[in-house]
Amino acid sequence: MRSDTRAPGPWSVLFSTLALGLGPLVLGGCDKMRGGSETAKGPGPASEAKGGEAKPDAPGGDTILIGEFGSLTGSEATFGQSTHNGIMLAVDEINQAGGVKGKKLAVKTYDDQGKSQEAGTVVTRLITEDKVVAILGEVASSLSLAGGRVAQQYGIPMISPSSTNPQVTQIGDMIFRVCFIDPYQGFVMAKFTRENLKFGKVAVLYDQAQAYSKGLKDDFIKSFKEMGGEIVSEQAYTGGDQDFSAQLTTIKGTSPEAIFLPGYYTDVGNVALQARKLGVNATLLGGDGWDSAKLTEIGGAAIEGAYYSNHYSHEEQRPEVQAFVKKYQAKFSQVPDGLAALGYDSARLLAEAMGRSPSLGGKDLAAALAATRDFKGVTGVISIDAERNAKKPAVILQVKGGKPTYSATVAPN
Amino acid sequence: MLGARAAALRPGYGFVLSRAVGPFGAFLALAFVMQLVVVPWAGPFYEKLLMDIGINCLLAVSLNLVNGFTGQFSIGHAGFMAVGGYVAGAVTYYGSFVLWGSPAVHGGFLGGGDLLFLAGCLVGGLFSAGAGYLVGLPSLRLRGDYLAIVTLGFGEILRVLLQQTNDVIFVPAQIEAATPWQMATALGGALGFSGIPFYTTVFWVFVMLGLLLIVAFRLKESSEGRAFLSIRENEIAAEAMGIDTTRYKVRAFVLAAFFAGIAGALFAHETGTTLNPRELGFQKSFDIVIMVVLGGMGSISGALVAAVLLTVLPEFLREFADWRLVIYALSLIIMMRFRPQGLFGIREIWELWRKPPGASPAGRGAS
Repeated sequence: MRSDTRAPGPWSVLFSTLALGLGPLVLGGCDKMRGGSETAKGPGPASEAKGGEAKPDAPGGDTILIGEFGSLTGSEATFGQSTHNGIMLAVDEINQAGGVKGKKLAVKTYDDQGKSQEAGTVVTRLITEDKVVAILGEVASSLSLAGGRVAQQYGIPMISPSSTNPQVTQIGDMIFRVCFIDPYQGFVMAKFTRENLKFGKVAVLYDQAQAYSKGLKDDFIKSFKEMGGEIVSEQAYTGGDQDFSAQLTTIKGTSPEAIFLPGYYTDVGNVALQARKLGVNATLLGGDGWDSAKLTEIGGAAIEGAYYSNHYSHEEQRPEVQAFVKKYQAKFSQVPDGLAALGYDSARLLAEAMGRSPSLGGKDLAAALAATRDFKGVTGVISIDAERNAKKPAVILQVKGGKPTYSATVAPN
Repeated sequence: MLGARAAALRPGYGFVLSRAVGPFGAFLALAFVMQLVVVPWAGPFYEKLLMDIGINCLLAVSLNLVNGFTGQFSIGHAGFMAVGGYVAGAVTYYGSFVLWGSPAVHGGFLGGGDLLFLAGCLVGGLFSAGAGYLVGLPSLRLRGDYLAIVTLGFGEILRVLLQQTNDVIFVPAQIEAATPWQMATALGGALGFSGIPFYTTVFWVFVMLGLLLIVAFRLKESSEGRAFLSIRENEIAAEAMGIDTTRYKVRAFVLAAFFAGIAGALFAHETGTTLNPRELGFQKSFDIVIMVVLGGMGSISGALVAAVLLTVLPEFLREFADWRLVIYALSLIIMMRFRPQGLFGIREIWELWRKPPGASPAGRGAS
């Protein structure tokens, strides 16, 4: 406790305060660093940086500013990055083709670190400081819920590329999405299991700490029972668990034909490994939480032959898919995942609605978005229904030779 | 007899009230000015930033009562925040349904909705204080690191429990049919408690902060607070002087939990937040601990300054995108290198240039 009795040393206090607080603020004043995350084509709002904020052009300027919020850092960073890439690819393409209403699109992106408080802050900032006309984001449903309520309050339309929880669009008439919702995904997997695989006895093992996993489990069980199937066992784990042997042993005793695992890829990989070790040879089934290259890295041979539902497959032969995959690979030199495809679709669907909308005001734009029918997206033909959800098909992928391969497309009814 | 003489020396209630009411009036006036003048001028984004600053100040100053004043190491402060937030959120969300049939913000400034919100804050604070008592009573008999482990465990247990709750009920007919128990267990689970009306304003944040600051400053100068400080300086010596250390530790803990609960309630009703068990875990607790350590353990103004800096800094650094977290972390490292005792040590900001009591003039340069 020597430091407690030490003289105050006003200079070191002053210095520390400077280092901590003022240093970055001084840096913040230099215009070169400004708008680092802004990607504008042509004369964008970045050139107008003044004070602490970048103000967009007055209405009638030659850019339309769109806001994006996503988890660019944090534990779900790959989700945010992929989505961002997809959005930027779409915006570049739209601008090269002449933009919307004769104006170029510009995107202002903020990182929310995967935290809901940050999501609320950045959406407030996008709307009230940057004055964006519409917002794209988030991947995680809990963050879309936080940001969506702000967007709804200010009457600015928001499109979530990939939040599948039904509650997101129930916030209000400004909130849309371009992905399917969990009940539909549960229905698709149940239908595929019952009709394509012709299984009757299925066990379920889900993550009780994830709303996504719990919701998908409930929807799968409901649909599967309605189709005449039987759920022989229902077991739970908590995301991040390492030992699943107790649950798997119970499941083994009921000898199911398949195990439905609506979790995220890390846990699913571990479950698969331990299941095979215990001699459980049932087919593994899952949802879009499996969509990561890490799945086969962790699961290896154990995950071979498993099926999961997803938003798109890069192997699909539709021209939209093949053109998108080619452009994406040329720009980012990697194969686009489902999130990139959904990001791309969300930006293009927004631009298309902007083109049809009489003005860029929130109400007009929301009405135009709600009137979207048969939009040819990479992730399928999208129509926005009365609940502002996307009606669209899902694809089923099978892990073959360590890679997800296209297996089937299941259309809405 | 000694006790009677000490009691006679204590200032009367009139004195105490005059010392508390004056400053509280000043804070009330400040809160009004903030709400009616500063907020319309600054705009919604800075309004949100001001609320974030105020809430973080509440958290840092209240944790400082335990970690700074009493010298105990609690790392479960976000847990108490969660208790307050969820209780207050449930009160206003379901209460609004029962009273007015919808969870929308009801009434204007200081209207019916605001009163419900105030009640929610107090109930949330009391629940949180109760939780603080339950956690503190057995664990504060322990010394040193054990309390840290117990508070960490409390936070994690709470997180897991909250994740098990059911989905929020948002259909009015279902809410009418629901029993209080069903409502109390429908807190959103892992997805988070969404739909709580946005009642938090800069006014309420600064009123609550004013309340806490008066309590903290008055405490520091009182015999009660001196007992806290003596436990920090030397627990054995304090005990030898006749201080019931466990009792005082529990008092500090309960008081801190009460204000953390109020901060949680304000957080729950803030624009654009969803109460999410995952985000009110130990990561959040550590953010608060960092504020206290940075400001100086035991310095109220230090905790305030640190809370303001650590809230404002990430927001201004947002422009630097990828570099933001690097600069932020680097600032903390530089800070700890040059000022390991925190910004102000155990002093208040206005005491910095005063000579420390009992230090010899020669000692100044020696350290």
